[in-house]
Amino acid sequence: MSVLVYTDLHDGKASKGSLEALSYASKMNAGDVVAFCHGTLNGDGGMGAFGAAKVLHNATENLDAGQIAKLVTDAAAQTGADVVVFSHDNSGKAVAPRVAVRMNAGIVAGAISLPDTSAGYVVRKSVFSGKAMADVSLKTGKKVISIVPNSFGLHRTDGTASVETFNGDAGSSSVKVRSFKPTSTDGAVPLPEADIVVSAGRGMKGPENWGPVEELASIFGAATACSRPVADIGWRPHHEHVGQTGIAIRPTLYFAIGISGAIQHLAGVNGSKVIVVINKDPEAPFFKAADYGIVGDAFEVLPKLIEAAKSFKSH
Amino acid sequence: MIKEIESSKNQLFQKNVRNIMRAYEIELNFRANLSGQKWLSLQARIKYKNMKILVCISKAPDTTSRIAFTDNNTKFDENGVQYIVNPYDEWYALVKGIELKEALGGNVTTITVGGADNEPIIRKALAIGADDAVRVDLETGDSFVVASQIAAYAKDQGFDLILCGKETINYNSSLVGGMVAEMLNMPYLSLATSLTMEGSTAIVEREVQGGMEVLEVTGPFVLSAAKGLAEQRIPNMRGIMAARTKPLNVIAAVSVDQTAEIVSYTLPAPKGACKYVDADHPEELIRLLHEDAKVI
Repeated sequence: MSVLVYTDLHDGKASKGSLEALSYASKMNAGDVVAFCHGTLNGDGGMGAFGAAKVLHNATENLDAGQIAKLVTDAAAQTGADVVVFSHDNSGKAVAPRVAVRMNAGIVAGAISLPDTSAGYVVRKSVFSGKAMADVSLKTGKKVISIVPNSFGLHRTDGTASVETFNGDAGSSSVKVRSFKPTSTDGAVPLPEADIVVSAGRGMKGPENWGPVEELASIFGAATACSRPVADIGWRPHHEHVGQTGIAIRPTLYFAIGISGAIQHLAGVNGSKVIVVINKDPEAPFFKAADYGIVGDAFEVLPKLIEAAKSFKSH
Repeated sequence: MIKEIESSKNQLFQKNVRNIMRAYEIELNFRANLSGQKWLSLQARIKYKNMKILVCISKAPDTTSRIAFTDNNTKFDENGVQYIVNPYDEWYALVKGIELKEALGGNVTTITVGGADNEPIIRKALAIGADDAVRVDLETGDSFVVASQIAAYAKDQGFDLILCGKETINYNSSLVGGMVAEMLNMPYLSLATSLTMEGSTAIVEREVQGGMEVLEVTGPFVLSAAKGLAEQRIPNMRGIMAARTKPLNVIAAVSVDQTAEIVSYTLPAPKGACKYVDADHPEELIRLLHEDAKVI
């Protein structure tokens, strides 16, 4: 028995979301964890340390979601895996639904729990943009589960994985990659994977005032984010926009500075473990969703907070 | 002067009508000689024009709805809930379809899987600018059932493009587009933020792990729409009036078994009250985050 995990490679190593998927699969206790990946792989891609016993590797670089789905399905058949695990990230969203159809498998997309097999096969997922959870029962023999990033954490097993070449028939594709443009610059943490996020809104009054926001983020090794109006007026890039129409994130710690907390914004951040709100308006709705709050002018609070954070980090 | 402008406008108009007629003639001749798939692949090689577009539309509770459950937490409590077109379907997928039609000619059909209670949101899509609508008469099943209905309808219709929102705001699964693509053996371009047509090639920008990817694709494909693909449109009075008489065809569902079923819902545990820290002493916040919440 084995569980197959689709893993995504960046610079030869498995992404954080992929390592979470491997950790999840090894906690399932449903047999050997086998990873499938394609592209450039260095060593075992760091996957053995997070529970992979074996890595199936296809060296082809640019494969389209349909071709990957074909290879993943073949790899599942070859390893006898009845369950395939994905991260519910941009890669998983492109490939997992196709794999479910190919395998005649029921799928839970956006899982936040391990499967409960005490009565059938039930997996909990997040619904209503984080405002509720649903227990989904899978009725099929084969199953696909994609897990919400940042909801399980990493589980180090410190093993090593054997690497096997996997040459399946990926078929042809009418899709060609023209170019790729990375969103995160060197050193910065990709927003969806960040443990700590420092986010700011219209309360900052202008793009020139983002210095302290970025400084606070760099002290904590955090990613920066923003509210929708700020992205819409072009103070910050669109990929920083979190909320209903932007991206949904689940960091351990979320700082919301000068953001009122409209329901659409909350929908993107209510999975955060701890929320800190800094706003000069004591009536800002965000305080209702906050764990810690400071009522005060961001321009006065931030310099003091930065000093306090620096002194904490230096101890 | 005005007369001259008017007469040259008139001449231009007549010339355009002639050109359009000519284009139709060529197209009809082609269609007469070629059947189904063959025509499609030829059309793809020539150019994207007169696009046949399908947009998948679903209803979702208004963002501000109170989320509650009934029947021992097995059913969503619809009491007092206002339904809207799922925002990703409406703002980005539908509007993009309409923009393409306006630029290249063609037809935009919407498809919805669900009961008659979906008709208000279907009329809204027609008011925004879709030409006609299909409702598959079925109380919604899981994503697999919904995708199977859409694929069964689209299979013989020769759509150049099938658009859907990147996810619904009620189930957040992001599955239907990818499933439809697999069932129809078409490419699936997920989370697209831009789509432009260059002759016979579609250029798509999409969100991938760690960045943005620019792709080119030829021939029919399925695309899921993320923010940026188009700008929300508010239907005007003329659109609303026209929507009343646009065709809304109700078709029977194909029989498919559900692969997944929601057995119960749970609301998250209520948040404890916010702990306030004095604005003059943010070091206290740092202490709390370290010692109390243990997140730094």
